[in-house]
Parts: sequence; C-alpha cells; structure tokens
Amino acid sequence: MATQRTAQQSRGRRSGQSDGAARKHDLPPKDEAIELAQKMLLIRHFEERAQEMYMKAKIGGFLHLAVGEEATIVGTVSAMRAEDYLMSTYREHGQTLARGTDPKTVMAELFGKETGTSRGRGGSMHLFDMERRFLGGYGIVGGNLPLAAGVALASDYKGEDSATVCMFGDGASNQGTFGETMNLAALWKLPVVFLVVNNQYGMGTALSRHSAVTDLSSKAECLGVPGERVDGMDVLAVRECVAEHLRRAREDRQPTLVEALTYRFRGHSAADPEVYRTKEEVKQWRERDPIASYVRLLEEAGYLDEEGFKERDREAIAIVDEAVKFAEESPAPALESLYENVYVLGDQVQGWYSVDERTPEVHRGEDEPEVGKGGVAQELAEAGAAYAGAGDVQKRRREGEGTSDTRPADAAQKESG
Amino acid sequence: MAVMRYREALNQAMREEMRDDESVFLMGEDVGVFQGAFKVSEGMLEEFGEQRVRDTPISENTIVGMGVGAAMAGLRPIVEIMTVNFALLAMDQIINSAAHIHYMFGGQAKVPLVVRFPQGGGHQLGPTHSHTMEAIFLHVPGLLVAVPSTPADAKGLLKAAIRDDNPVIYIEHESLYGMRGDVPDNGGPMRFGEAAIRREGTDVTIVGISRMAITAERAAETLASREDIEAEVIDPRTLRPLDLDTILESVRKTNRCVVVEEGWPHGGVGANIAALVQEQAFDDLDAPVQRVTGADVPMPYSKALEQAAIPHEEHVVKAALATFRDI
Repeated sequence: MATQRTAQQSRGRRSGQSDGAARKHDLPPKDEAIELAQKMLLIRHFEERAQEMYMKAKIGGFLHLAVGEEATIVGTVSAMRAEDYLMSTYREHGQTLARGTDPKTVMAELFGKETGTSRGRGGSMHLFDMERRFLGGYGIVGGNLPLAAGVALASDYKGEDSATVCMFGDGASNQGTFGETMNLAALWKLPVVFLVVNNQYGMGTALSRHSAVTDLSSKAECLGVPGERVDGMDVLAVRECVAEHLRRAREDRQPTLVEALTYRFRGHSAADPEVYRTKEEVKQWRERDPIASYVRLLEEAGYLDEEGFKERDREAIAIVDEAVKFAEESPAPALESLYENVYVLGDQVQGWYSVDERTPEVHRGEDEPEVGKGGVAQELAEAGAAYAGAGDVQKRRREGEGTSDTRPADAAQKESG
Repeated sequence: MAVMRYREALNQAMREEMRDDESVFLMGEDVGVFQGAFKVSEGMLEEFGEQRVRDTPISENTIVGMGVGAAMAGLRPIVEIMTVNFALLAMDQIINSAAHIHYMFGGQAKVPLVVRFPQGGGHQLGPTHSHTMEAIFLHVPGLLVAVPSTPADAKGLLKAAIRDDNPVIYIEHESLYGMRGDVPDNGGPMRFGEAAIRREGTDVTIVGISRMAITAERAAETLASREDIEAEVIDPRTLRPLDLDTILESVRKTNRCVVVEEGWPHGGVGANIAALVQEQAFDDLDAPVQRVTGADVPMPYSKALEQAAIPHEEHVVKAALATFRDI
C-alpha cells in the first residue's frame, strides 16, 4: 500500500494547517452550493459516457478520465474569476466543462468532429476555449508550466488583475520545467497559482517510486514558491484553499504551489490494466467519493433531498445524452481543411502553398481521399492505436452499435465480421 | 542610406518596433545588464527598462515556453537564445507548443513570437557552440524561418518577424555580427518569402544560405575572372516560406544549380532545395544539382580542423564547375 504510506509520511512532516481534511469548511449559499454538485455530476457522467463511447470506438487515441478528481477540478475552478486563465494537462475534460464550455463541443472534439472545441485537430488531450480563458490541455508532461507563467507574465505586463491557475500532475513535478518555472515565477513575482493534482501515480509509477520528496507541497519551497496541501476529495476545502492562493497571487504577487491530494478511480487512460495498484486500494478511495460525500453534506444542510439529488443527476445525464447526440450528428472535418490553421495567414504567409513549396500533388488535401477511407493510412492508424495500448480496435468497432459512422472501413468490417 | 553593422541593424529593428508597439518586449540570458552575449541588445535596457528588457535565468525551455504563453495572451515577445545549440534545450516548447498551438486548438490561439539566436562556426567554439541547424527548424510546419545575411536584411526581416502573427525562428550568424553594410533609412519591414538576387548571371545558379550567400558571391567573382562563367547568386533570405519561384526562374535560365550551406548534408537545406528543383524543373537541368555543405561531423575545436569542416569559396567554385562536366 505505497499510497497510504506516502500520505502518512507526508502528513507527518506538515503542520496541521496544511491538512485540509482536518478543517471544517462552510457551505456557500444554497444555489452556489448546489451548482458545485451539479458541475461534479456533469463531469462524472461526461467521463463515464466518454469511456463508453471509447469502448464503442467512437473516440480514438488516448482517453484520460478524471473520475475521482471532480472535487479538485470544481473546487479550483469555482474559486476563479471570469478574467482568470486556466491551463491544464491532457486529463482536462473536467476543467473546461467546469469553466463553462459547452459539453456538446467537448464531446464533439473527443469524436474528432469539426464542431469540437479544437475543430477535431486536438482531440481529448488538446481541448481549448479562448472565450472562457481555458487555455488548453497539453500532451507533454510539464510542458504547460512555462506557458502558464508566460500568460501570468502577460497579465503582469499589461497591468491586468487576472491571475493564472496551472494544473499538472504529480509526475510533472519531476520535469525540468517544474524547477525552471517555479524559479522564474517567484523571481518575477508572477500572479500564478500552481496546482499539482496529486493522484499519486505518474501513469503507473507510484509517487514514492518516482519522487524523492513525496510532500509535493514543499517541493518548490527552495525555489521561492511556498506550498500548501489540501484534501483534493473535498470540494469546499479546495475552493477555499485556491481562493486564498489566488488572492496571494493577485495581491501579494506571490506564486504558490497547491497540492491537491486526490485519486483517479479509473486507470491512467481508458486502456490501463492497472497492475500497479490493488483493488482494495481503489475500493478504499472510492469510499471517499468526492461527490457522494459532498451530496451528504448538502442533504445534512437541508439544501437537497434525495429527490432533489436524483433530479440533478438526471439533468446531468440529459446534458451528456445531448452532447453525445450532437457529437454523433456533427460532420467530420472536411479533408480540404487539412491545411487550415497551420499558419496565421497574412502578409508573410498568404496561403499554405506559399510555404508548402508546391510539391506537386502529394501534399494536397484534396488529393488524399484515401485518408479515412480504409486505405493504407487507415491501417497504419489502427496499427498505431493498437500499439499505443488502445486495445483491439476492430473488436471495439464490432461492439459499437447504432453507429452513424459510415466510413467504408467500418462498413466492410461489419460485413465481414 | 546609413552604413551599420549587422548587430546594430538588429538592435535598431528591435528598438523601432518596441517604440511603436508596447506589447513588444525582449527577454533572454544576459540581454539586459550584460547587453547581450553578442552585444545585439546594447543600450536597450537603458532605453526601455527592466519590464521590457528582461534578463532571464539559464532555463531555455522555460524562457521559450513563457514567450509562447505571453504571446497567446496578447504580447509580442522576442526571445533571445545565446546560440543554436542552446536552443536545442527548448525544442519541446518550439515544436510542441509554438509551432503546434495555432493548429491543435483549431485556430483559436495564435503565437506571435520571435525566437532569435546565432549559429555558425569560425570562432573555435567546438562541438556545443558552433553548429548550423536551420534544417531542423525548416522541417517543422507552423514555424517561419529567416536566415538574414546582410545588415539591411537583418533589420527588415526582424521587423517583419516581430509584426507577424506566427512563431518565427530568426537565425543570425555569429561571424556576421560585425559585418558592415548599407541599411535604408526609415526602412519598413521586408516581406518573408522574397529571395534576393545578389549577382545576376546566365551560366549557373548558386543558392547560398545565410553566410554562405556571401561565400557564393565571392565564388561567383572567381568563376567570372578565372573561368569566364557568369554565375547568378540567390539568397533566399527566408526558408519558410521559401521563394522557390525566383530559384526556378534562374535555373530555367542557367540550366545549372548549386546549393551552398554551412549545415550538415543529410536532410539539409540543400537536399530540400535540390529535391524541389528536380521536381519542378527537371527538364531544364543540364546537370545534376550540386550541394556544398558543412562536413558531416560534430564541429571540431582545432582551428585547422574547424576550417576544414566549413565550406569555402573554393568548394563552391569546384561544385559550379562540376555542373559543366560533360554528361
């Protein structure tokens, strides 16, 4: 039980103040309190449905779910102002949903559709919503830390009141960018809160096996960034903690590192055999389900009765149903659009072909009908997906039902299979 | 018209753009108090102050990443990296972030960032400070790549790079910083993707990249005086976008082509241009395209070895003559 040992060791070294679980947090006013539950429910149902859609091969590539981490996500985002910026990792469906992005466009992005947040170019790991200042999911572990500091630098430079929250996992704390960014953020007094979502595994490697310092809240102290640990399963604790650190970022120009101790109930990605942890450990953490415990709190406070909860739950499911329907019905990106947005077109680059050097035919989008039509490219993509641990794609496809996906490859497989 | 050094032209470009646009700022290692490792930012801290001329710690990947983040949030950062070899530490942010963000987020964000650094051998700085790597950056869609070889181009292209909304890899040459040349007064930004014809000629086209454009010009003079061959010398100035039209037009006239670069031969700029020329103008060629490149070795320290690893005028003359061999 490496996880428990880790948590105990770390707690022993911290003062009681930093142990969020030991503190009591006041509920916000009723509507606000219920909204927190609604957002967590939306994320939970969205993630569970995404898993289903992945198993039906509606979603390709990797799928990283945040089931179990809802309190950390919603607590953090609910402490932010509209003008604040948020950056996240590749486990970021919840972050953008909490920020208010339409679940339809998020699901459509997972489906690789034109109507997705990133027009089907980014996928599950690269959601984005400029309007809501959700500045992206990033696929490189630790890659978003410098970017977040740069965004905070822009706020500071322009004399704006906005702050940036940068969320990353425990694994990212071992990257060079972690130390480099902490140093620079402290040196330049940038308005940024670093939030390490400590779900206790860097993919399949336990925290105590990947980090010499397991009390992550202290890991940037020597670089001028003080930290605090908070119970990441307690939405109110996270909210209160992040609010205070955003205040410090804004008013004191003191970047800080919040460690939210949490747990992902599902595997690293959708195709994770989970050999690195025991079923008992997962069960123990599931007993601390952040949604169930918060809903109990709402019931005790008289904000919500059982029927009220069921209604919210049904609402969340309905939103996700609608998102799936929208994603299903949305068009795939047109092949002619392959080259769009490689560059910002303007004076220097007037069209993609001015950069393409006009190699005849082979690179033209309109001349690549084979892509996605069961040609070699399709086969390679499937081989790649299998290699990447996505499991048996053909099997997933066969199990898919009521498909509106009319790619010839699928049709051929159905006929032969 | 004013005569100034290449480094002064760069300095002037940055100052003018910073005076015109509050969102432009410079950051990098030793760009402020030290005034730049190659004195490119001399006097800029004094003029613009610490908010806009920022000394950074030695953290290349994070400096570039912060430039990307600041650009996404509306600023126009210029990031100076001390040499191309140090830029390798920032390849994650240059490729995974700067080059990809506009595309991977469906066009929602843009990255108007300039990353400047020098490259090139000749100063006995050995295998970690002297390489020529424009081909690595040229490889990446989403980046623009400039390789100016004169003070006038240095200024005009840097102004254009700063104003452009795409991430620009702006590659200077260590041996050119002290070079003097005419720079137009009140010159505006130049257009990317417009090659310069440095010397007109009818017999062979020589394309020179960065400092090799100057070497090519010297070789052309030698070819004229010694061999009675009139070479046309083309300096593409930017590699992305590349002004292939000017190169092709020249090749269609001369029917011969030589590409000269200081970088390594495999997967190099010359390899790329040779491929494009044969694809587009195969029937116009009277001889195979010749390449002159740096030696396929890490750059050695010893002076004689270093010089042996860099292309010289004689190599270019030889390559040009090879295109006249009977086939």
